[in-house]
Amino acid sequence: MNEQQQSLWDFMRRQSDKLLEQTIQHIGLTFISLFVAVIIGLPLGIFISRRRQFSGAILGVAGVLQTIPSIALLGFMIPVLGIGPKPAIAALLLYALLPIIRNTFTGITGVDPAVKEAAVAMGMSKWQVLFKVELPLAMPVIFAGIRTATVITVGVATLASYIAAGGLGEFIFGGISLNNTNMILAGAIPAALLAILFDFLLSRLQKLNIKKLKTATLILPLLLILCSSFYFIPSAYATKLKAGFTPEFMGRHDGNLGLQSKYGLKISTLVISDAVMYKAAFEKQLDVISGYSTDGRLKAYNLVVLKDDKGIFPPYYAAPIVRESSLKKFAELEKILNLLANKINDSVMTALNYKTDYLHQTPEKVAKDFLVTQGLWKSPRNGNEGVVRIGSKIFGEQYILANIYSMLIKGNSNYGVSTKTGLGGTKICFDALTNDQIDFYPEYTGTGLLAILQPPAKTIDSVTVSREATYNYVKAGFEQKYNIKWLKPIGFNNAYALMMRREQADKLKIKTISDLKRYLKNR
Amino acid sequence: MIKVSHLSKHFGKVKAVDDISFNVKEHENLILLGTSGCGKTTTLKMINRLIEPSAGEIEIDGKNIFEQSPEILRRGIGYVLQNNGLFPHYTVAENIAIVPRLLKWDEKRIKTRVSDLLEKLHLSNNYLHVYPNELSGGQQQRVGLARALVADPAVLLMDEPFGALDNVTRSKIHAEFKALDELKRKTIIMVTHDVQEAFELGDRICLMDKGKIVQNSPPADLLFKPKNDFVRGFLQEQRLQLEFKAIKAPQPPEGGAFELRDVKLPADVSLWAILEQLKFTDGENLIIRDQHGKKTGTLGFEELMSAFYQYKKQQVHE
Repeated sequence: MNEQQQSLWDFMRRQSDKLLEQTIQHIGLTFISLFVAVIIGLPLGIFISRRRQFSGAILGVAGVLQTIPSIALLGFMIPVLGIGPKPAIAALLLYALLPIIRNTFTGITGVDPAVKEAAVAMGMSKWQVLFKVELPLAMPVIFAGIRTATVITVGVATLASYIAAGGLGEFIFGGISLNNTNMILAGAIPAALLAILFDFLLSRLQKLNIKKLKTATLILPLLLILCSSFYFIPSAYATKLKAGFTPEFMGRHDGNLGLQSKYGLKISTLVISDAVMYKAAFEKQLDVISGYSTDGRLKAYNLVVLKDDKGIFPPYYAAPIVRESSLKKFAELEKILNLLANKINDSVMTALNYKTDYLHQTPEKVAKDFLVTQGLWKSPRNGNEGVVRIGSKIFGEQYILANIYSMLIKGNSNYGVSTKTGLGGTKICFDALTNDQIDFYPEYTGTGLLAILQPPAKTIDSVTVSREATYNYVKAGFEQKYNIKWLKPIGFNNAYALMMRREQADKLKIKTISDLKRYLKNR
Repeated sequence: MIKVSHLSKHFGKVKAVDDISFNVKEHENLILLGTSGCGKTTTLKMINRLIEPSAGEIEIDGKNIFEQSPEILRRGIGYVLQNNGLFPHYTVAENIAIVPRLLKWDEKRIKTRVSDLLEKLHLSNNYLHVYPNELSGGQQQRVGLARALVADPAVLLMDEPFGALDNVTRSKIHAEFKALDELKRKTIIMVTHDVQEAFELGDRICLMDKGKIVQNSPPADLLFKPKNDFVRGFLQEQRLQLEFKAIKAPQPPEGGAFELRDVKLPADVSLWAILEQLKFTDGENLIIRDQHGKKTGTLGFEELMSAFYQYKKQQVHE
């Protein structure tokens, strides 16, 4: 059975261990944050109801925190608290604070002044007034605040997987990068159900009459503590080095699963987004990460790629793929596109990426500079013999390639060019090509194999042994299935790679993945 | 019993209460009367230290109240608010039991006292476990009163206690208020802006204006010996009715009482109260009895009118 066609239920059943673990982590993460938020927010709310002059400032700060985009807030936390549960809990609790503080404040200040006066006049102390009158009467409003905070936290907690804190986000973001709908749903549906469930339970608590509310007030803290205890930092085995892998890498046969089966690599692993992964490695939060071999950050953070000596990462050689009909329509096109064949190797591509990603040069400038140094630059002829439509995916490397091709076409032919850059992921780009919305775009052999052709696992194993085998397989497959032609590879291989900080790798004398494995084994 | 001397309260530049002094005798019922903003409520709230004065002394039972902790002081003073201030999350029984619980009475004593008190205030024991929002306004106010009386404090402070009630309910509660034994043993300070209420319930009336006491005297003196035009003007509109309320009926023999049908009226009853009884009868007269219950005479409409006339004439001549 094709992997994408398996039912959601099948997926959830097969991954039930992981699903359960992630759900428990998610609940734990939510409630620890909520618990801490209540511990901080409730006294703060009480404080500002006593000292009104501080209410503006404190509610203002909590309000501003709420407006910071979640990913940005998680990002801010990394330099301070590192990665893992600590920054995730800190970020989540900051989101939960506002509704709790605000509702505590509103609830207490909303208590009938006559009732408060009666309480004081009967000889209650300040604390007795607070605990016997103000808090019980404000409780429905405070509950409403906690309820809002819970729903927010369940939602935002999915982002915790970006910084290696686990939770249902692992499935959601893994599924998005792997183009696996079932995986996305296996994370998203339980997350939504959790939000609905907690909201419902808390709404029941809120609707209890005042008498029962007294008991509820006791139960809630207990419940919070209980749910918080669900979360424990998953540290099955601790090793000398710590790895951080993207959710996509975790779930792929040519990723972590291959590392385990072919190398027998055992390393403490966190799941983390690639947006923060490189930086975390640079800041020594992580020692080994799963990156892309031509990523500009490799250079920016002085990381080094470990050699894949057993060849588990399939080659991701880039080459333009073109509609056969377009090649007929534009007779010179194939020749022009092949001008770039074998012109860009890994280190050149990394350098080009570095220029756009870290020196913030425009892709146009980077493309032109490159062509000039290669002696391929020709000024545009401004011809009018039809328009070639170039597509590109939505990341830097593809923008540069699209610009290079555009300049080559304009300089070497009388064709006009229109570029459609930023076409989401593989699926969107490829669909545009097959539906004749674009004429060509740069694709990677590994992607063509694993994401588009999706042959059985046995075939994959046999064709990924060498660069040529993969290229030939996808070339034949595309020709036959889609009438699309793979032109000559550009030269670089943007494959998965394990990376370490250069200085650490040198010090430990680790050059290959086998070296890494040996080092970990001899601890 | 309560001695207030040179008491002032300033809110910024506003002198809410300006150097006032008065005494309240034991078991006396003093009314602080005046328009809104005259300082009467501020004065009342300084007596249980809900408001701290800017200057002045207050003594209760010879003890300076500022030398005690405010919580302890307040537990010994009953307090009734206009909007009753009942705790909405407490049942009637729990509301009444607040002060005894603060005083750490044992549960059995609390239970007995609460149900006794409810009975005296004509509230059925069925109400013990309902919440205040299920009660009518009059019932709520009775519970508020019970809550203030439960620990049997010597002093009772009442801030417009009947202000939120409709006229019918109010006159009913006034009648109960006057008849309630518990209250006869209390020294009461009550704030009101209702002149009728002041004349009906007060032993003395302390008329205030702009933070100062204008006149502090028995109700009749306010009518017949007004200190100045302000006092005269304040009572002018309802003068006739007030006079009937201020003037007592001709006294029966020592220890005696009045009786109409089966209703007994105390010896110091006002003309107004007797007229109210008489309006339900057809020319029937009031029976005067001596301390042994022996009938010594009758009192009719004409006798009352002549008593009224004589009293007024006497005041004019003085």
